[in-house]
Amino acid sequence: MMSDAPKPTPITAGPGRQILGPTALGDDPRRFWRLAWTIAVTEFKLRFFGSALGYLWQFVRPLLIFAIIYVVFVEVLGVGGDQPFFGVALLLGIVIFQFFTDATAASVRSIVLRESLVRKIDFPRAAIPVACVIQALMNLGLNLIPVTIFLIAAGGRLYWRWLELPLIVVMLVVFVTGLSLLLSALFVRFRDVEPIWDVVMQGLFYATPILYSLSVVIDKAGIEVARLMLINPLAAAIQQARHAIVDPSYESAGQIFGTTAGNLLPIAISLATLLAGIWVFSRAAPRIAEEL
Amino acid sequence: MCEHSHVTEQPTQPTAAPIITVDDVSKTFRIPTEQVHTLKERVLHPRRRTTYNEFQALDDVNFAVRSGEFLGIVGRNGSGKSTLLKCLAGIYRTDLGSIFIDGRVSTFIELGVGFNPDLAARENVVINAAMLGLSRREAGRRFDSIIDFAELREFTDLKLKNYSSGMMVRLAFSVMIQVDADILLIDEVLAVGDAAFQQKCFDEFEAIRAANKTVLLVTHDMSAVRRFCDRAILLERGRIVAEGDPEATGNRYLDLNFSAEARAQANAAEVAVTAPPTADSTVSGDGRAVIEEAWIESATGERVAVVGNGDEASFKMRVRFTQQVANPVFSVSFRNGARVPLFAASSDWSNDHSGPFAVGETAIWSVRFRNLLGPDRYSVSPSVTLEGGAALAVHEQMLSVVVTRVAPGALVDIPFDQQLTRSSEQTGA
Repeated sequence: MMSDAPKPTPITAGPGRQILGPTALGDDPRRFWRLAWTIAVTEFKLRFFGSALGYLWQFVRPLLIFAIIYVVFVEVLGVGGDQPFFGVALLLGIVIFQFFTDATAASVRSIVLRESLVRKIDFPRAAIPVACVIQALMNLGLNLIPVTIFLIAAGGRLYWRWLELPLIVVMLVVFVTGLSLLLSALFVRFRDVEPIWDVVMQGLFYATPILYSLSVVIDKAGIEVARLMLINPLAAAIQQARHAIVDPSYESAGQIFGTTAGNLLPIAISLATLLAGIWVFSRAAPRIAEEL
Repeated sequence: MCEHSHVTEQPTQPTAAPIITVDDVSKTFRIPTEQVHTLKERVLHPRRRTTYNEFQALDDVNFAVRSGEFLGIVGRNGSGKSTLLKCLAGIYRTDLGSIFIDGRVSTFIELGVGFNPDLAARENVVINAAMLGLSRREAGRRFDSIIDFAELREFTDLKLKNYSSGMMVRLAFSVMIQVDADILLIDEVLAVGDAAFQQKCFDEFEAIRAANKTVLLVTHDMSAVRRFCDRAILLERGRIVAEGDPEATGNRYLDLNFSAEARAQANAAEVAVTAPPTADSTVSGDGRAVIEEAWIESATGERVAVVGNGDEASFKMRVRFTQQVANPVFSVSFRNGARVPLFAASSDWSNDHSGPFAVGETAIWSVRFRNLLGPDRYSVSPSVTLEGGAALAVHEQMLSVVVTRVAPGALVDIPFDQQLTRSSEQTGA
């Protein structure tokens, strides 16, 4: 009796607007934004003012990871030895990677954690993972403060190139938002997305020039490998941020690709990820309340 | 059946155009028989089709609601009433058919949805407003009216986890009520809270009614339906089986509900269609008599667990005497769901003594009555005593019986005649 592809039948009658069920983005962008922002700010406040330690932890965590890696890799193993300000470059890489993991790891479970809301209120569903990204972005802003302090303490200078940073962050946010939408929608149906994503993140940590600098890769494995690595928007963002903020001796992504147009590759991948995320999430959104 | 005079106040006349149109709406839930929970399985067996059990929650539902109407949606558990409300609220997508709503909707599936105990009342209200799609300015304006209504002015910055349950409920309810919506969709919120809180809800419903808002109320509470609704819809297995006057629809619901219960009982006890002993059944007395069996018979002599309102029925019990007894008194009492005794009968009230009974002798005592009890479940407690009052056998709540069918919504259904006499002189200018 029921067809396999149930779709609401076309409009037949009735005044007012047709109720078509929940969607990913809603019909009012302002409403979407307000909701995502409110959720993010609230969660941020809870994390921060919930306990004195919570506030400290946000700063301390990347610094601790940095300290361990710095001691093990830079001091003991001598990685990145001759690169200027390698310590700061390392910290910057860790902070950006932290943003990536904060946003995506929080998104995976986000919809399921807010089950009671999803099942009882009609609101644009994508506001939940987007709020996770906004919250991670707030943390990134905070974590960039110690990076700046370290850089200036180490004798670095402020350049006009710093203005590139917002552009890099925009690309990263596009990429991360796409992943967050994908992961949160998939997790509703497939609960092993979370452990799988944990492993992927571990892998990405080593596949991204965080512990090491790309010039090492160019020396040891050749420029092609470096180019291949840079297709990953996360790697491109970290490399470009090092070039722009820490020291120009870190090759820009454009330099490694050989042409500035090469930058279009990670940008295109970021955009494609976002579009894929929106597509998958939009398809899942109307039924999320039933599948939880 | 007796006649009922119906004097209901005419509700405020609704305007012509429907504010809610539900057109041939169907909704089926697909429940996977074999849950594929992991991406791994999906990737390893891409061709394996998951099979589904389909559960049709709504089946071709049609109705319209006019502006200012207070519509009750009633039905048993699983009849689809909550699904209908969620479709209207835009939480579920319908499979077939369409829903049109002309006006701002506010949905209350649960009081205090999304409240975070670690946040103060102020923040919770702001989040709730954002969820409902209000702007910051609207939310600010709303905040004051919410707090004032809830009488929680001094506690706006207190975390909700430190609120008493009463304060929490007040806040939640206030959030719900102080919405600038034309249409309110309400699901069973009355089920929570104590009597005083329910009274507050009822007062608020009166206010909503007076404000001429459109309300859809999903409920089990027939008294609320009778009291507030202009009209009611009865759902059963996803279909509308009755629609119209709340009184009649409410009674259809009771009929359906109790007869289903009775059917289930009948299936459970296939051997004899006798009402089973109730859970709270107790036996006392000095044992000189034993109530071996007690049951209800219909007018045709069949043992039944359900008696229609207005029908002839008999209560019967078989008593065996273990010692010689003179002039025992046989009694029975019927108590309703609220434990109020509504019907009692005793052999003591006749002029004849029952006489002596020998050891081992059995007797059947029967009471024939016309059932004037209102729809409910009744517990039946038979007893055998002596004329002086000494208890031989008392069997509290030995069985239960369900009374169904249309009733005036009172505890008992007393037959009456009514008559309207006009005063001979016409008054008025």
